[in-house]
Amino acid sequence: MKPSTMKPTTMRPTIMKRTIQQLLMATALTAAAVFPVSAADYIIDTKGAHASINFKIQHLGYSWLTGRFNDFSGTFNYDKDNVAASKINVTIDTSSIDSNHAERDKHLRSDDFLDTSTFGSATFVSTQVVDKGNGQLTITGDLTLHGVTSAISIDAEKIGEGKDPWGGYRVGFAGTTSIGLKDFGIPERLGPASTEVLLELHVEGIRQ
Amino acid sequence: MQYDSPHSYSRFSKIIHWLSALVILTLFGAGLWMVELSYYDAGYQLIPHYHKSVGIMLAGLIIIRVAWRIRNTKPLALTSHSTLEKTLSGIAQILLYFLIFSVVIAGYLISTEDGRGIDVFNWFTIPSLGKLFNNQADIAGNLHRWLAYTLIALASLHGIAALKHHFYDKDETLKRML
Repeated sequence: MKPSTMKPTTMRPTIMKRTIQQLLMATALTAAAVFPVSAADYIIDTKGAHASINFKIQHLGYSWLTGRFNDFSGTFNYDKDNVAASKINVTIDTSSIDSNHAERDKHLRSDDFLDTSTFGSATFVSTQVVDKGNGQLTITGDLTLHGVTSAISIDAEKIGEGKDPWGGYRVGFAGTTSIGLKDFGIPERLGPASTEVLLELHVEGIRQ
Repeated sequence: MQYDSPHSYSRFSKIIHWLSALVILTLFGAGLWMVELSYYDAGYQLIPHYHKSVGIMLAGLIIIRVAWRIRNTKPLALTSHSTLEKTLSGIAQILLYFLIFSVVIAGYLISTEDGRGIDVFNWFTIPSLGKLFNNQADIAGNLHRWLAYTLIALASLHGIAALKHHFYDKDETLKRML
């Protein structure tokens, strides 16, 4: 046996082993960054009604008129260790507007306001999620309402996440934003105090 | 009290007839007008309130009219009228009653979907029957509008036919109702 040739052969596996280890580690790290281990898809629990899209608008400048959209659906992707990679998608049936007054809801559905026979659905697609720390986040995205798409920014807060008592896993958020009627081409018929609508969003997702 | 006879209408019948005509035309005009009012218009709440109140009262008036007609001898058509005229005018009159009731019922269904009743002149309230079918307010709203258009179209034909008898045929048809 020649020690000179023997040495490299004993060295080689060690180098290879180390290289493979490094490669695996790098791959794992890259994978963790691109596909975070705990990232998951969630379906918004509209079936169990643990989510709501509420709105309020000033009445004459003297009080708040509140209402909500009863029918909507959505999904999101969320990972607590990589909040910025989150995405959310929501579709709302605009004709499900409910302000607890049948005549008013009929009027809100008409072409004086939402024109729901033409624009039956509204959608929100997030474009950017900023983690502000401490469970606070800002969700920017495109809201399409009344046939007009405009960027909106939602101030959101994570309420909590964890296992539910029935074998599932849930995470929930609350958010607020305000939209101008004019920005979505909705006629401002309700007077100078009532040109903005405040949205209060409550979302609970069930991990898939 | 004067009753209808085979050859003449009683004063009571004539009053109900012309009052109904006036009320229906006024309700139609008010209905077209009130939906165009702006939110800050003084009549935005008042005109619909009167429209509904008067509409409910109209239904009461027509119920009395129909009861009266059933209990009384219906004046016969003039012998000079053709069979076609008799048939058409008979159908038109029944349809008019049917349309008046339908318009009122559709209107009632718009306002009562959410359980709210209809306040009649702040005098009494017609209670709601609740939500009877999906999209009730929207469907009833469309029906209310199109039945009202049909009613006014048919009432116009009814009026034109009366004028035709008066000015063209020069018969007693219109005079009997005056």
